Amino acid sequence: MAEGGLILDALRVALNGKTLVALDTTLGPGEVLTVMGPSGAGKSTLLAALIGQLPPAFRMSGRIILNGRDITALPTEARRMGLLFQDDVLFPHLSVGGNLAFGLPAHIRGRAARMDRVRAALADIGLAGFETRDPTTLSGGQRARVALMRMLLSEPEALLLDEAFSKLDMGLRAQIRSLVFDTARARGLPVVQVTHDRADAEAAGGRVVEV
Amino acid sequence: MGAMTTAAPVPRSLWAWAPALTVAALIGPVAAGLIGTLAPALGLHPTLGGAGLSLEPFRALMDWPGLGRAVWLSLWVGLASTALSLAIVILIVAAWQGTRSLARVERLLSPLLSVPHAAAALGLAFLIAPSGWIARLISPWATGWDRPPDLLILHDPGGLALIAGLLTKEVPFLMLMTLAALPQADAAARMRVARALGYGQVTGWLKTVLPAIYRQIRLPIYAVLAYAMSTVDMAVILGPTTPPVLAVQVVAWMHDPDLSMRFQAAAGAVLQLALVIGALALWRICEMFGSAVLTRWRGSGGRGNPALERLIARGALGLGVALAAMLIAGLAGLAAWSVAGLWSFPDPLPHSLTLRSWTRAAPGLADPLRETLIIGAVAAAVSLALVIACLEAEHRTGRTPSDAARWLLYLPLIVPQVAFLTGLQTLAIGVGLDGGRAAVIAAHIVFVLPYVFLSLSDPWRAWDRRQATVAHALGAGPLRVLWAVRLPMLLQPVLTAAAVGFAVSVGQYLPTLLVGAGRIETLTTEAVALSSGGDRRIVGVYTLVQFVVLVIPFAAALLVPRLVQRRRADNG
Amino acid sequence: MPSPLARLAAAALIAAAPVAQAQSPDPADWSGVLEEARGQTVFWHAWGGSPTVNDFIAWVGDEVQDRYGVTLEHVKLTDTGEAVSRVIAEHAAGQDTGGAVDLIWINGENFAALQSRGLLQDPWVTELPNWRFIDPEANPATVTDFTLPTNGQEAPWGLAQVVFPYDAARVETPPRSMAALLDWARENPGRFAFPQPPDFLGHTFLKQALSELAPDPAALQAPVDDATYDAITAPLWDFMDALTPHLWRGGAAYPTSGPQLFQLMADGEIDIAISFSPNEASNLIANVTLQDSVRTFVMEAGSLGNASFVAIPYNANAAAGAMVVADFLMSPEAQAEMANPEVWGVGTVLAMDRLSAEDRARFDDLPLGIATLPAEALGAILPEPHPSWVERLEADWTARYGTAQ
Repeated sequence: MAEGGLILDALRVALNGKTLVALDTTLGPGEVLTVMGPSGAGKSTLLAALIGQLPPAFRMSGRIILNGRDITALPTEARRMGLLFQDDVLFPHLSVGGNLAFGLPAHIRGRAARMDRVRAALADIGLAGFETRDPTTLSGGQRARVALMRMLLSEPEALLLDEAFSKLDMGLRAQIRSLVFDTARARGLPVVQVTHDRADAEAAGGRVVEV
Repeated sequence: MGAMTTAAPVPRSLWAWAPALTVAALIGPVAAGLIGTLAPALGLHPTLGGAGLSLEPFRALMDWPGLGRAVWLSLWVGLASTALSLAIVILIVAAWQGTRSLARVERLLSPLLSVPHAAAALGLAFLIAPSGWIARLISPWATGWDRPPDLLILHDPGGLALIAGLLTKEVPFLMLMTLAALPQADAAARMRVARALGYGQVTGWLKTVLPAIYRQIRLPIYAVLAYAMSTVDMAVILGPTTPPVLAVQVVAWMHDPDLSMRFQAAAGAVLQLALVIGALALWRICEMFGSAVLTRWRGSGGRGNPALERLIARGALGLGVALAAMLIAGLAGLAAWSVAGLWSFPDPLPHSLTLRSWTRAAPGLADPLRETLIIGAVAAAVSLALVIACLEAEHRTGRTPSDAARWLLYLPLIVPQVAFLTGLQTLAIGVGLDGGRAAVIAAHIVFVLPYVFLSLSDPWRAWDRRQATVAHALGAGPLRVLWAVRLPMLLQPVLTAAAVGFAVSVGQYLPTLLVGAGRIETLTTEAVALSSGGDRRIVGVYTLVQFVVLVIPFAAALLVPRLVQRRRADNG
Repeated sequence: MPSPLARLAAAALIAAAPVAQAQSPDPADWSGVLEEARGQTVFWHAWGGSPTVNDFIAWVGDEVQDRYGVTLEHVKLTDTGEAVSRVIAEHAAGQDTGGAVDLIWINGENFAALQSRGLLQDPWVTELPNWRFIDPEANPATVTDFTLPTNGQEAPWGLAQVVFPYDAARVETPPRSMAALLDWARENPGRFAFPQPPDFLGHTFLKQALSELAPDPAALQAPVDDATYDAITAPLWDFMDALTPHLWRGGAAYPTSGPQLFQLMADGEIDIAISFSPNEASNLIANVTLQDSVRTFVMEAGSLGNASFVAIPYNANAAAGAMVVADFLMSPEAQAEMANPEVWGVGTVLAMDRLSAEDRARFDDLPLGIATLPAEALGAILPEPHPSWVERLEADWTARYGTAQ
């Protein structure tokens, strides 16, 4: 039965008895679902439900199944859902290398081994030698790449994008967008993105749902 | 499997105890102490021969000839000093919000706040007395005084010196609370709109920002009013003596060798509580009246007179700066006394300098210093742990505390200390925590915890929750997020809250004295005991040591995060 | 564990029961007391407002540690009433052993308060080894505290007498009677002060004046009699009515304590003060906290005098150690140290004719401070009035002047 992919099984989020979002769909590996709608339409509520961060006032029914695991009741840290915000949200108290190491799973043991992984990952995104830099000294594009790489190092099984490209300027946006979607496809990760930018949906090339 | 589930499966059990434990630590001692005070006020105290319910203690209280005057003084000093400090703070913030001057003032506030009340009062007393520094600086060339004039400046019957002393402590406190409330009230945005509509800075602030701010600082104002009405240490040093304010008289009765006076003292303590409640009610009525006036004024459309606004801006800031200068000059005066040989009037500086006072005081300083550090550090650490646990519980359950919870937090600051501390003394003996350091620490936490909470809650709540979400999504559990992300990011506010808590503990006088059975000696109990002897040199030594002890944690709270930051920056 | 409130309630019930005396050490078996005392920590509750006295108590602590292995902790009070409250509160809570107070510096009404309630250790003082140096017949102040017999429940350790320090640079002829003081105050308004009652020096000034002005001073030795009170005190209140407007600050404010009075003198605010220690002014001059032009005078009609005592509460945790400290305070070594004006300068309670020649020499060699009157110039000692007078005088003074604003 363990078919790969993300299954949203009759997922419904309600506030005070009023349904905000309802989705019943399946995403295969590497497939992208774009959720569009005006602000306040419940896009971020959907993301909070998927990541497991709904405030207590909201009620949720249905199931979320990721690669055969029912993650509906799991805490965020156990879901293996990678998350990118419109701001890169790098930890300001950690260096670039420290940020990447934070995402690295614990099963990679030994300081030297972990440092090697971090260095290799930085080289992958064209930032070799940046590991001791303070995140505030990086450019917007560099920060976006660090945030993406940090998320990938945590070995997620699916990707959630929350207006992930809206703060980048035009030239950079296309570049980072293709980096993200190419990586997702290469790794076979199902992607849910919420956005109000139609170009994001077009670049992703998958299904589009309006809420 | 379509059953409704709560959305966020948070492991609550670990954190659920935190708010309950905190409330118990705050309210338990206050409630128990009040019972211990109320019983003798109603004639119930078997050892002293009060076996039956009786109103005799209150009748004796009414017979005291100074009662009317003492009650009037407490009300007048409390209301006048609170109204004045509030007016000064509001006008300064209204006139200077968003300017660099205000940012500079903000940095000065914490050290000023950490000066213990008794030290501030002693410094001020030396400054303004007829034989004090101000008189010395202008004598004899300007005044013709070759000896101090017989002027009633300190201990004046109108309580003006006491009001001035209270202002030096209350203005910094209210200022800090107001500045902390500005971001929540979205003051900058409100002001942009008001200015764009042609309102003057002060007028616009009063009409658009004040109502939102006032809601935020209402409880701190109540705490200030209650404190001003019932302070003992400041009133002994600066206040009238014939008669004194009610709280001072209550403590005097409490220590009267005629033991039947205890009943009268307990009745006085209950009256003190009633007075505070009455004054708060009066204040509330004035609030409603003021709010109505403000609403009408807002509707009038007046934009403010620029010349008048400039005058108000300069006047308020000048007054605030003068208060801060008095506090600092007073401390400097005590510092000068600590190294003074003979120093007679009208010399502005001592005839000779000597370290004699320091060498005399040094052997006696070690024990109280150690005790002060231990008690302050433990009380601050325990309070910080409880506050962080509460805030973390709030974060995880997504519930914000109700208004009732905020009131509970302020309760120990609003109930007059004399009203419950003596009752608490009996309790401490009853549960066998007698006179130990642990009992004193527990009593300190009652006063330390609210300030730590007030200091930390805003920065804690203002923290970007997405940092936690991202960290969780990267696979970090709640404890790792707290330790590895939130606490390091909030290092400066956490250290500042710890420094505030430490400072509050260091300044405690009555709780240390009463619960510690006099066996626990801190710098503050020693300084107040010595000030009863009036030897300014030794008092100067203790005050200075106390001040240094207080400034170090604040300096650390400022410097440590920068050092950590710089170390990382150097690496990069 | 029962809840705190339940324990408190239980404590209140126990408090209603009669006082149970803890197992007390027997001073007749002194070696037993010494043995028990070794290793004990004695909490001595004593007024802590004077660095001079604090230094002396610290010296006592060093000595009893070296000699008897007793650790002495000075609990510095702002008011002796605090320690009295403490004992009462412990009794109320049923804490009849292991109390916080082992030894109190006490006299007068505070002693009367504890003694009348049975909250002091059973008589022990006359069994102390050093009691042999005291002659109660020659010096009744050692066994009488404000007219009350001490009943062996408090040990004397210092004699005090009222003197009036004055700045000789500003006062040519010190006023040596109450009438002269009033005249002087009229001419020099605002330059005389006494601490505000209930500070003991404030009481003392009232009693000193009453002892001189009362038609029949002998009546002061008996408890206050309502029938005669007004007649006896009328001259005092006439005097105070005349004096008060000419006091420092016109009597609208008062200093809070003796040392604060001296601070006013050092600042040049006042010219005449009152002190209960003939040597205090010399001491402050030696410490460069008072100008060296200060001298002292006494009233021609005589000066009130009394003894300082130490008492042990019924529930003291270290009664044996407290007895050892009390005994040491009465030793010739400690008394000579106390009497040394460079240390403290308090009158000794010992009878010189009961000392060995060697011990007597310790006292003969003591220097006399610059502002201290020689023994023959100190004049007659007037006995303290009965404690009930203090209470009445204080209440009356407070009603007339203390709440007058």
